[in-house]
Amino acid sequence: MAVIRDVMAAFELFQPTSVADAQKLLAQHGPDAWVLAGGLDSFDWLKDRIKKPKAVVDLSGIEELRGVRATGNNASDGVEIGAMTTLTEVVNHPIIKQKYGLLAQAAEVVASPQIRNQGTLGGNVSQDTRCWYYRSGWPCYRAGGNICYADTPEGRNREHAILHADRCVAVNPSDSAPALIALDAKFVIRTRKGERVVDAEDYFIGPDIDITRLHILQPGDLLTAIRIPSTWAGAQFYFEKIRDRNVWDFPLMNVASAMVTSGDRIDRIRISVNGAAARPLRLKAVEDAVLGKPRNAATGEMAGRVAVDGAVPLQFNAYKIPLMRNLVKRAIVRPEAGVEEATWAS
Amino acid sequence: MGFLEWATSPWGQSVPIHIAWFLIWVAVIAGFLFFLGHATYLRYFAKPREFAGSISPAVAARIPDRVPRHSLAARLFHWIMAASMFVLLFTAFLPKVGVQFNWVTYHWIAGTVLTASILFHIIHASFFLDFWAIWPDRIDVRDAWRRMVRAAGKPEPPPDRFAKYPLENKLYHGAIIAAGLSAIITGVFMMSRVRTVFFPRNPYLFSDMTWGMMYVLHGLAGVGLIALIMVHIYFGLRPEKRPITKSMIFGWMSRDFYLEEHDPNRWVVATPSSSSSPPSTSSPSSSPSASRGLEGRGLTDAG
Repeated sequence: MAVIRDVMAAFELFQPTSVADAQKLLAQHGPDAWVLAGGLDSFDWLKDRIKKPKAVVDLSGIEELRGVRATGNNASDGVEIGAMTTLTEVVNHPIIKQKYGLLAQAAEVVASPQIRNQGTLGGNVSQDTRCWYYRSGWPCYRAGGNICYADTPEGRNREHAILHADRCVAVNPSDSAPALIALDAKFVIRTRKGERVVDAEDYFIGPDIDITRLHILQPGDLLTAIRIPSTWAGAQFYFEKIRDRNVWDFPLMNVASAMVTSGDRIDRIRISVNGAAARPLRLKAVEDAVLGKPRNAATGEMAGRVAVDGAVPLQFNAYKIPLMRNLVKRAIVRPEAGVEEATWAS
Repeated sequence: MGFLEWATSPWGQSVPIHIAWFLIWVAVIAGFLFFLGHATYLRYFAKPREFAGSISPAVAARIPDRVPRHSLAARLFHWIMAASMFVLLFTAFLPKVGVQFNWVTYHWIAGTVLTASILFHIIHASFFLDFWAIWPDRIDVRDAWRRMVRAAGKPEPPPDRFAKYPLENKLYHGAIIAAGLSAIITGVFMMSRVRTVFFPRNPYLFSDMTWGMMYVLHGLAGVGLIALIMVHIYFGLRPEKRPITKSMIFGWMSRDFYLEEHDPNRWVVATPSSSSSPPSTSSPSSSPSASRGLEGRGLTDAG
């Protein structure tokens, strides 16, 4: 298939300076509008001419969508991060670093410094999948067609899903998403009917619900902010991202956990992985299984096994099962307790 | 705006991928227009129904109060098929009109139930029921012509009473066979594209073009079934058809309804005293007076 690169199809560019104006434009253009945040996902689509929106609404001029602010006057209140806040700003913000270091760790391993300077938190959680069949413009399920080219005996599916696949086996590529789920963040969405606040884990959807989207945003909706409550402020955090090239790559898989312990016992925990399914998964079964248990190798081993329960590998991604087990184990076990790694042989 | 959605395959071939989803609304609107047209015709234009001949009192006396029409097995099949059909239609089309849920698993399970029930029905109808009772015969065609000519106000003898199933029933059954089998056969193949317990996934069973045509046929059959089922429910709820609807629940229809609508020669009801020879009607006169007793009951030629 001939793909014309570097020359975008013509579109009408709008640069609103307020959320209200942006919403009006989105309502006016409906499904023909494309929301542009940092542009790092968008320009791939536009330059490859795979997506050809008639109108592009650039949010970069809306100041109210930028910045990190406390959500109350008390030190115990959480923070609200504007959707257009860059990943670099998130990484360097003192409150984020001090209280919500999990998000700072996750944001710091997104792509390269240049990309983090331009890429936004809202864009990072709302970006589309990296499945190359889909991104090459092939008429797969996600593109509205009737086939998944990756889920075939010959399909190149090394990076694809091992859990919750439903016709489409693409995965969500966000690094910040599992950290936000572990921190129990809330996503603030402006819809035509008003403001809607959803839990981070409910912002993402799999192909069983809608095979053409990775999140719940409908045409006309706008993600305006992400609120992190103080529930997990200062907890023990763990984030790890596995990728092919450590300098700059999307995750093969990542894990994020927030934990509160009494002595060696796990009192509270939230844990999430991404790169295993079309949506970042909160591992509720793992959380329930390890609650009240010591942070030792046995608990980690058990948690790893629970995490991959139901996993179905494709032709080339069976390695993701031991990878996920190991990541979950490492997220739970104290480093000094040692982790016996699960192994995989091709 | 086309009726089909097309895409370019990785080999540069333009292939259909499915029907355009606005056809869902076309089917729904067509169903409602049919209700309107039919109800208006019956209310304002249809002439009272007349049948040729009359049933002799001796024959009528042999008909039981409750005329058995559908066996328990036939009724169970009908309602299982109806339930699975509803699940199939709702799971197929609700997501297309904005109601998002995990539909694929429910869809193929309902499709499996429907396929199994249809297989049962084919065997049951072929070997345990009167297979030909649901297929139009020459008398049906002749009477359909007579009814049309009479509806146009021209002279023509009145039609005979119906056999077990009126021609409309038989034609509807034919349409359901065409749409249902199209959906089932294509659906069985399409199950090889999703993960089920039945087949190993094989999305390359056919070429992209063949797959595309299969999805199109599945979609067309699906939207066709929307209209057909709307029409079926409409007739099932119409007052003059309720005895037939009730017979699909209880298995029998009343003697009076049987004698009004059905010809004992064409639908022989087994009675204790006449199991071998069909009952006879009196002279097959075309006199309107022969069925005068039916007038005023709201039964019309268009039913």
